[in-house]
Amino acid sequence: MLKSLIGDIITENMVKLNKEDVLHVAKLAKLNISDQEIDKFTPQLSNVINYFGELSEVDTEGVEPTSQTTGLENVSRPDNLGSSLSPEEAISGSDKIHNGYFKVGAVLTERTDK
Amino acid sequence: MTNTPLTIKETQKGILEKDFSSVELVDTYLERIEKNKDLNAYITVCDEAAYKKAKEVDQLVKSGEENLIEKFPLLGVTVGHKDLFLTKGIRTTAGSKVLESYIPPYSATVVERMEKAGAVVLGKTNCDAWAHGASGENSDFGPAINPWDKDMVPGGSSSGSAASVAAGLSLVATGTDTGGSIRQPANFCGIVGLKPTYGAVPRYGVIAMASSLDSMGSFGKSVNEVETIFNVTRGEDGFDSTVKNTELFKPKSRMKIGIPKEYFVEGVDSEIADKVMEVSKVFEKTGIELVQISLPHTKYAISVYYIVQPAEVSSNLGRYDGIRYGNPRASFGAEAKRRIMLGTYVLSAGYYDAYYLKAQKVRSRLIEDFEKAFNGVDAILAPVSPTPAFKIGEKAEDPLKMYLADIFTAPANLAGIPGLAMPSGFNKNKLPLGFQLLGPRFSEPVLFGLGKLYEDETNYKPGLPKL
Repeated sequence: MLKSLIGDIITENMVKLNKEDVLHVAKLAKLNISDQEIDKFTPQLSNVINYFGELSEVDTEGVEPTSQTTGLENVSRPDNLGSSLSPEEAISGSDKIHNGYFKVGAVLTERTDK
Repeated sequence: MTNTPLTIKETQKGILEKDFSSVELVDTYLERIEKNKDLNAYITVCDEAAYKKAKEVDQLVKSGEENLIEKFPLLGVTVGHKDLFLTKGIRTTAGSKVLESYIPPYSATVVERMEKAGAVVLGKTNCDAWAHGASGENSDFGPAINPWDKDMVPGGSSSGSAASVAAGLSLVATGTDTGGSIRQPANFCGIVGLKPTYGAVPRYGVIAMASSLDSMGSFGKSVNEVETIFNVTRGEDGFDSTVKNTELFKPKSRMKIGIPKEYFVEGVDSEIADKVMEVSKVFEKTGIELVQISLPHTKYAISVYYIVQPAEVSSNLGRYDGIRYGNPRASFGAEAKRRIMLGTYVLSAGYYDAYYLKAQKVRSRLIEDFEKAFNGVDAILAPVSPTPAFKIGEKAEDPLKMYLADIFTAPANLAGIPGLAMPSGFNKNKLPLGFQLLGPRFSEPVLFGLGKLYEDETNYKPGLPKL
């Protein structure tokens, strides 16, 4: 029913994402996804991206892109000291704290050539 | 007391004339929330904070201080905050398991300003996780239910806020509108919802969805509620640099309302279209001129919106690493993962120009459509959603179908203009109907004026569903 409302879903030049594409994007976004999720997301994302094909009908020659609507540029405020979170408040969101610092997983492993 | 007041005026009259105290009011609302738990409107109820504030309100009234309402425009007004608004010391989840036990160390500007104005927070309302959705079904805490028909969705993403106000579980509620997330649930639940001009109300302290589109607004039973909240919350806060203190447009004595033909095409439910035309006649009878207008790029709004918005989502949700607060990224639900991946895809090397840049250019075209239209009219009258509230589960497995529900709401976000959703009765299945008024940037007073005119002309009386 909504199809007529928003135009035909373009079937020519179908973009078809494959599993590798989905895995690649998931990796870029630091998401671990299961095989089951890959099977589910691959056709869903393909459908949505195919739908975007309709934009090629719009003539955008010489049109400036819009990234925001306020028209404001280079907004600044006086550089005055104000109130801010205390160190205790700043770390209050985690229970993995050591000496007032966040504990994170190790990024380096021990040298094996010692 | 058993019945809760339905407007700010009734609430404040009752408190000031000592028909009931703010504490008694909180008792009643908390009972109603508990009795209607099946609506799943709230993720967190904060009795303690509510009673503390209510006692302060009662103290103020007892003190006999003068001009209390001028000093505290929201005195005693009960509010449910969408669980995207940070509330100091009160759990804030964004409807996601990622933040299921997150307690913020500070409050959003909107929350703080409303509290200073005398509002009493009852709790945090349910929503689609990260505000991703048009039905409320993407909440990791289960879907909220439409109080008018419990088989139906209340709309989304501000699902619990709309359900709460419609069912009288709070007098007002806050919401965020990125592609229709206030106007569409207001429409599905038969209440008033305001999406302010982008840059009118600070976003500081509200969990970001799409930063160039997010707009902080509210729900109430009539225009006066959302207008009061708008006036309390708007203006620079020194934190959100997109907010500017701007003079607002005043309504003119001779007004013109535009009716865009692209919003009345095949695919729009005929009862909805007919009702909006009926509404236009109400305005016409008061001497307002109706003008047929065209917004030719409307049909592309969904494509533009579902490129720009996920792109910004993928960036905003990049910060959730589970280190400083919240759970690891594995806790994201399916819809958040889909949008992060979609956004990452349209921004990735080789696809940026074809999708993201193209969408930004078509966005300019959509904005031009509105600019041309507003050269000739003061406001636009249109349907909010092509269909009334739909059944729970009906669209849950088909993301594209769900996305298309945003077709008439997303354009206002892409253009940064304000929109006011108004109820206008019920369809043959007893589901709420309504319409939206759109205006140029910073024309909220024009929209409020028109909304109140409609209320007066139709002798509008707020009501409650049978629960």
